Amino acid sequence: MRTALVLLFLLAVAAVPGSLLPQRPLNPDKTRSYIASHGAWGQFLDHIGMFDVFGSVWFAAIYLLLFISLIGCLIPRIRVHARAMRAKPLAAPKHVERLPESGSFETSATPTEFADAARSALGRRWRVARRQQGQTIVLSAEKGYSRETGNLIFHIALVVALIAIAVGRLYSYEGSRVLREGSEFCNEYSQYDTSRLGRFAQDGKVSPAPFCMTLNKFSVAYSAASEPTNFAANVSYGPAENDHAHTDTIKVNHPLRLEGDRVYLITHGYSPEITIHMPDGSTRPDTADFIPTNPTTYLSEGAFQELGKGSGNDVGIEGLFAPTGVSQDGGPITANSIVTSSSPRTDNPVLAITVYTGDAGNTVHSVYSLDKTNLKSIGSANLALGQSATFAGGVSVTFNGYVQWAGLQVSHDPSQLYLLGAATAMVIGLIGSLAIRRRRLWIKIGPASLTDSRSPTVVSVGGLARSDSGNFTDEFAGWLERLRSCGPPIERAGDPVPAGKE
Amino acid sequence: MAVNTSLAHVSDTLFTTAIATYALAMIGYAGEYAFGHRGKVNATAVPQRELVGAGAPVPPPPPIEQAAPVSTSRNAAASRFGRAAVVITIVGALLHLTSIAIRGAAVDEVPWSNMYEFASVVGVIAVLAFLVGMARMPQIRYLGLFVMFPVVVIMFLAGTVLYSRASPLVPALQSYWLAIHVTAAASSEGILMTSSVLTVLYLVRRRHDALVLSGRSSRLTAAIGARLPTPATLDKVAYRLAAFAFPIYTFGIICGAIWAEAAWGRYWGWDPKETWAFIAWVVYAAYLHTRATAGLKKWAPWVNLLGFGAMTFNFFVVNIVISGLHSYAGLN
Repeated sequence: MRTALVLLFLLAVAAVPGSLLPQRPLNPDKTRSYIASHGAWGQFLDHIGMFDVFGSVWFAAIYLLLFISLIGCLIPRIRVHARAMRAKPLAAPKHVERLPESGSFETSATPTEFADAARSALGRRWRVARRQQGQTIVLSAEKGYSRETGNLIFHIALVVALIAIAVGRLYSYEGSRVLREGSEFCNEYSQYDTSRLGRFAQDGKVSPAPFCMTLNKFSVAYSAASEPTNFAANVSYGPAENDHAHTDTIKVNHPLRLEGDRVYLITHGYSPEITIHMPDGSTRPDTADFIPTNPTTYLSEGAFQELGKGSGNDVGIEGLFAPTGVSQDGGPITANSIVTSSSPRTDNPVLAITVYTGDAGNTVHSVYSLDKTNLKSIGSANLALGQSATFAGGVSVTFNGYVQWAGLQVSHDPSQLYLLGAATAMVIGLIGSLAIRRRRLWIKIGPASLTDSRSPTVVSVGGLARSDSGNFTDEFAGWLERLRSCGPPIERAGDPVPAGKE
Repeated sequence: MAVNTSLAHVSDTLFTTAIATYALAMIGYAGEYAFGHRGKVNATAVPQRELVGAGAPVPPPPPIEQAAPVSTSRNAAASRFGRAAVVITIVGALLHLTSIAIRGAAVDEVPWSNMYEFASVVGVIAVLAFLVGMARMPQIRYLGLFVMFPVVVIMFLAGTVLYSRASPLVPALQSYWLAIHVTAAASSEGILMTSSVLTVLYLVRRRHDALVLSGRSSRLTAAIGARLPTPATLDKVAYRLAAFAFPIYTFGIICGAIWAEAAWGRYWGWDPKETWAFIAWVVYAAYLHTRATAGLKKWAPWVNLLGFGAMTFNFFVVNIVISGLHSYAGLN
């Protein structure tokens, strides 16, 4: 128990840095900037796994040791309990009156009559063994075995839960995908923007559930104060590309549950649509998914890039999308205004752009920003819906409109239901182990005198609380009263009150 | 969807009135504590301890009342104070419950989605737990002062720094799990708060007894400790409350995991709130084990307080300082 307690405390302490330091699996950007701004100290913390506490070796070591110690403790306890369940309740101690609670009384019933009556008065919840010692009958009664049963169920369920979590980890995969209205994606690892694959998914032993999905429409309902009150992604899906037999609406708290996979609506944003007149004379329509930088007003950032024919003819555009565009100085939006957004609703969409020409290069970079090493700015503009701006070299940009995108997440974890079962068993076991009380009673029933066959029967009762004594004194007094009424009291001349020796 | 502001205003007024009523009840409990059991200061704890478990079929009255004779007029005055305090507490609890119900009607949802509302629910649960405890064990009545004190403090904080205006639920909270998960969490936390108060009293009493035994005395522990119930009683009630709350807390965490699965795509993600719920759960599990282990039992009250500390940290620090997915404090 001491080892287990030390490990329990270690587990609690080890979890603390996981909440105070940024964690890589939850927030990689924050973790990176934390390490960068803390120099050697940050690198040291990183080295000892402080930025992935719950995936670190030492955290795993603590809980594995805890579970080994738990299993080592459980196996003998299961054996002992199984034996106790089958065994007869223990024989009475020599002096029941020396037990923590005891009492005695006399009755005119014979020992056998009283023993029968007492047995049925105790009811089915008590397990009773009847032993004969000469003319004395001894009843050993015990109840509350389910306390230990509940305790064992809780701890076994805890082990099962850990196994379910571990197995689930192996078989799980999770991927997120930004899907624009009108676009389709098929559930393959390669189509996820970011993913977290379990061991077997990495090895290709688990393949994602086959389905393809199109986002038909994304809609947000707003309150009068322009706070979102509801998000809904209307999707159609089916087993293959362009084979969509089903439609459904995914909402926050209401994922789409397909066989094996769940699809969640996690985030959303806007994708402005523009037309670029390129330096080489061609015209290119372009749409880009912008990332909301302000979660309240949905002011969003993004980039467009088009490769033109010939060297130096590429166009890159950095953009800022304001759903309800306002000028930061409060006046009307002009070409020189700094644009910001006052609401996430698209009441006055404005696209602020800075246009670059040159060589965009072939380096792979984020779709949300430009690689500007070989690009040169040719000007900027603030465009309202339908407006165009013309720049040097015949380049022009028109803001045609926008669509919305939904950030969907696909999750797969085959062990969830087993874990839920284990968790339910944990609660039930816990209630049993904390609410049920283990009690022992011994009732000695014998004649007051061995020689006088007409002597009354003396009943001595002793009780022991084997767990959580609570109000055992009251409880025992109740049992003594109930037992007393199992046999007729002694009636003596001048002594109408039932005699009771206590 | 819109919030009924006039109803919300009525709820706020009732909330303030409930705090004032609880404060008044505290004065009553303080009166009972001050006037009752005078002369007890000299009664040592040692014989009382031995009285516990003495083999009498009828439960002995709490040993505290058997000690040195108490003047009857003082006792009667104390009892009047105590009874009045209970009536005032019940009135306060009714006002408090009405305030919560009207807030619920104003937002047309379960009203515990931000720190103010959550603290209000925890407060009312702690009061109700105490009232139920008193119905079963009237002799704990004079401890009302100590139980009501943290309730008044947390409600004062709720009404001032944590306050946020009634507003419609954000989409992330629009789920029936809000009612189940948060109710389980608030109930268990209210009960565990009362358990921790009794644990503090237990530690004071234990310290007092130790000082008396060694022939020393401390005015500080004697002022409170001498009039408290026996250490055995305090420890037992604190344990029973914690043992009652722990399965509810476990259930609350599991409901949170089920909700997280539906809302965020995973049942557990070590979000700071989840992490601290895990820490508090582990510490309370350690409390139950420490208390059941001979030789370590004397540390159990400290572990209980540590668990409540983790829970309090989870409420104040994690909600206000650390950002995470559970960012519903409403303090922005």
